[in-house]
Amino acid sequence: MIETNNLPVTEKLTSKNFAPDQDVKWCPGCGDYSILKQTQTIFPDLGVNKEDFVFISGIGCSSRFTYYMDTYGMHSIHGRATAIASGLKASRPELSVWVVTGDGDALSIGGNHFIHILRKNFDINLLMFNNQIYGLTKGQYSPTSEIGKITKSTPYGSVEQPFNPAELALGARGTFVARTLDRDTKHMQAVLKQAYYHKGTSFVEIYQNCPVFNDAAFFLFSDKETKKDNAVFVEHGKPLIFGANDDKGIKLDGYKPLVVNLNDSGVSVNDLWVHDEKDRIKANMIAGFQDDPNEHLPRPFGVFYAVDHSTYEDNMSEQINRIIEKKGKPSLNKILSGTKTWEIA
Amino acid sequence: METKEEIIEVESVVVRFSGDSGDGMQLTGMQFTDTAAFLGKDLSTFPEFPAEIRAPVGTVSGVSGFQVQFGSKEIFTAGDQYDVLVAMNAAALKVDLKNLKQGGIIITNTSGFDQKNLRLAEFPEGENPLEDDSLENYTVYKMNVTSLTKDALAGMGLSNKEVERSKNMFVLGLLYWIFDQSPDFTIKFIQEKFTKDSLIAQANINALKAGWNYGDNTEIFNTRFRITASNLTPGTYRSITGNTAAAIALIAASEKSGLPLFLGSYPITPASDILHELSKYKECGVRTFQAEDEIAAICSAIGASYGGALSVTTTSGPGMSLKTEALGLALMLELPLVVINIQRGGPSTGLPTKTEQSDLLQAMYGRHGESPLPVIAAESPSDCFSAVYEASRIAVEHMTPVIVLSDGYIANGSEPWRFPTEDQLKPIEVNFVTAANSDNGVFLPYKRDEKLVRPRVKPGIKGLEHRIGGLEKQHETGDISYEAKNHELMVKMRAAKIEKIADYIPLQIIDTGKEKAKLLVLGWGSTYGTLKTAIGELIEEGADVAHIHIKYLNPFPKNLGDLLKNYEKVLIPEINNGQLIKIIRDKFLIPAIGLNKIQGLPFTTSEIKSKILELLKN
Repeated sequence: MIETNNLPVTEKLTSKNFAPDQDVKWCPGCGDYSILKQTQTIFPDLGVNKEDFVFISGIGCSSRFTYYMDTYGMHSIHGRATAIASGLKASRPELSVWVVTGDGDALSIGGNHFIHILRKNFDINLLMFNNQIYGLTKGQYSPTSEIGKITKSTPYGSVEQPFNPAELALGARGTFVARTLDRDTKHMQAVLKQAYYHKGTSFVEIYQNCPVFNDAAFFLFSDKETKKDNAVFVEHGKPLIFGANDDKGIKLDGYKPLVVNLNDSGVSVNDLWVHDEKDRIKANMIAGFQDDPNEHLPRPFGVFYAVDHSTYEDNMSEQINRIIEKKGKPSLNKILSGTKTWEIA
Repeated sequence: METKEEIIEVESVVVRFSGDSGDGMQLTGMQFTDTAAFLGKDLSTFPEFPAEIRAPVGTVSGVSGFQVQFGSKEIFTAGDQYDVLVAMNAAALKVDLKNLKQGGIIITNTSGFDQKNLRLAEFPEGENPLEDDSLENYTVYKMNVTSLTKDALAGMGLSNKEVERSKNMFVLGLLYWIFDQSPDFTIKFIQEKFTKDSLIAQANINALKAGWNYGDNTEIFNTRFRITASNLTPGTYRSITGNTAAAIALIAASEKSGLPLFLGSYPITPASDILHELSKYKECGVRTFQAEDEIAAICSAIGASYGGALSVTTTSGPGMSLKTEALGLALMLELPLVVINIQRGGPSTGLPTKTEQSDLLQAMYGRHGESPLPVIAAESPSDCFSAVYEASRIAVEHMTPVIVLSDGYIANGSEPWRFPTEDQLKPIEVNFVTAANSDNGVFLPYKRDEKLVRPRVKPGIKGLEHRIGGLEKQHETGDISYEAKNHELMVKMRAAKIEKIADYIPLQIIDTGKEKAKLLVLGWGSTYGTLKTAIGELIEEGADVAHIHIKYLNPFPKNLGDLLKNYEKVLIPEINNGQLIKIIRDKFLIPAIGLNKIQGLPFTTSEIKSKILELLKN
């Protein structure tokens, strides 16, 4: 009953193999199109048979994604894709399971399953499209909307503080926490691949533009003129450098990140914070850049944190195999009779 | 030593063990029961305990009881009233005296009747039932079990607490002597349980033997009982509780279907024992997943079912409510799923440790949209096996979630079970599709067969990649469809698929009595034993009554309507405020009469009998 994790690859695939004959029905200009495209682009390179991919999604604009990938898939109910994926992966570890969710689906109605799948560390890829708004229900604030946000359900502004998804994922003991954005196709492809290759729950927050209800929410981080000064792309082993001419960096003053200008005398690249994706404390600091009210820290993108940790399904299979080896598989008749029987003549 | 006591031969006896939650009454009762079963008696048990793990010591709310009826004839209930009451303290006597037969035996531990215990049990100041004449209609045996146990274990180097913990074994030993049962079974149990602590094992065995010797050597007991020779159906038996039977049934269904077993569950009283039991069977490859909540429990099971497993979720009322949306998804996806609801007193948290049959209407109708599902009810502890096995078979063969209704009474109760062998179990047909099912080579996930069942495909099959979901889907292709006529067709199709299951289940049988009678008693679920006993006795006395017990509640067996026509009156007793009666009236337009008890307790035989006699009189 225990299946192995490595299936032989039988076919050379292209991105077209993953596009079903269905019309894609997102709004024109929706960031979801780019995410779909990048996913279809990298999938042939992953070395997985098409029939071994499974997409599970919940409810929301993002969750329609499942219908647009010609793989196995289930479009389920609001917030529960992660829970469904848990059961699928626990019973079929050899499948490549991808969950597509949104900020409302994952962090609001599905918040409980979200933190627990990260804690349990199933080897699945969890793509959360964050547009900071409810799209499919036509424009209410979401758990990632900023305080003061004017929406249909908050005409005088939201009074709630938002979640910082990366921080939440780290707090839930996620083993892979990353962020990318819809308009940076190359970066997204690279992050998605790293997410796939990470063994464990890979959480990827994807900033995604909703042109209808929350347009341009992230353009600061993708427009040519503003991107370089406002976003830092972290890479393992490399210093934190950003700025229009790659002239700014971040260094650590004790536990405090500081923006420094590399053109200033006495400042060198060697002083900068070198990203270490194995460092949990520093990953938390990176995730927190956006929340520092005093420093104008750039918004971080890339893989903040990635560590190896055994997966739920491997632990489960190993335990089962160990006990089968120790006890041997009993016959059904033995189970039916139990250990204490008596005869009535 | 010469036996001076009178030994009375009886067909059956009811014993109630009653004491504080910490007195070990459940364990004592189970040991007594297992011994009786091992010695070839039929029996039925009724454990009853407070919802609090450790309610305040010595109070009436902390009383934990275990009732067993055992005998040489077939036993279907734990008995209305007991012949023997073991009362370990004043509170236990106060709570349980009311159902002791007139002239019955009370065995008391006098140290549980000191000033403090009497006060905690709320006896009026200065009143002690053991010292006044309030118990004069009973045979009362008073002994200081605490000090007798202490004497028996003197010099073993045990702490007071350890001695205190052994006093239930003293009582058990005495009971074995009174009922002429060998203590050997329990001695073996103790030796196995305390393999790592031989001192504690020896203490328990010494206390047990001391209890036996106390009966044998003192002359205060003038009556012993012996159960007459058994006339049970010959065969090999084991003892089983409803929840264990459910767990084993799932393993059996997994083996017979060849599908790996997956259980997604969240702990809840009184269903958790199924999770516990299945978690022990790792050597069978069983995957048990303790989910973060009830919703995740059923959702993980849906995920595993999608992956090709025999998938199960177990719960009780409140959890069932939480699972409801996901149950609708499973219904829409048309995936097999077994949902076991061990009913308890509701609504809300209600009476977690008490029994009730109040989730039938929820099982039948408690989902949004048009969403019929098969419902099967278990009628006794051992019948939980066949109910769950049948639910697994129907789920897999008909691609649908199936709800099994059990309840706290039969889930925790136990009885001897003439268990089946592997080859006596019905086969479970599994058909995974591995190739396209249309002429043009396209896979149609909602193309139905003659049973109206759609094909099941496991992810990983090349060329059959497809998407399913909760949105309405087009007939055959399964593509999303909002088309008006298609929705109506699909709603009717899903209902017809469930109705069609009636072709694949047994016809309804009459359990007791004739095909035509003045009165039919129509029951379902855990009332079976009580109804069978009551009606059997009345028929013997000449009453014109019959008993039908429905196991398949949706769809009903095809002949049920015709059977009902043969009776002038139909009585439907239920442990709820009238649920099956609504369904029966709705489906068959008959003026059925209800008998309802909503006290967290099973019916007594006499309650059923008096209602039947009342209806037969008019």
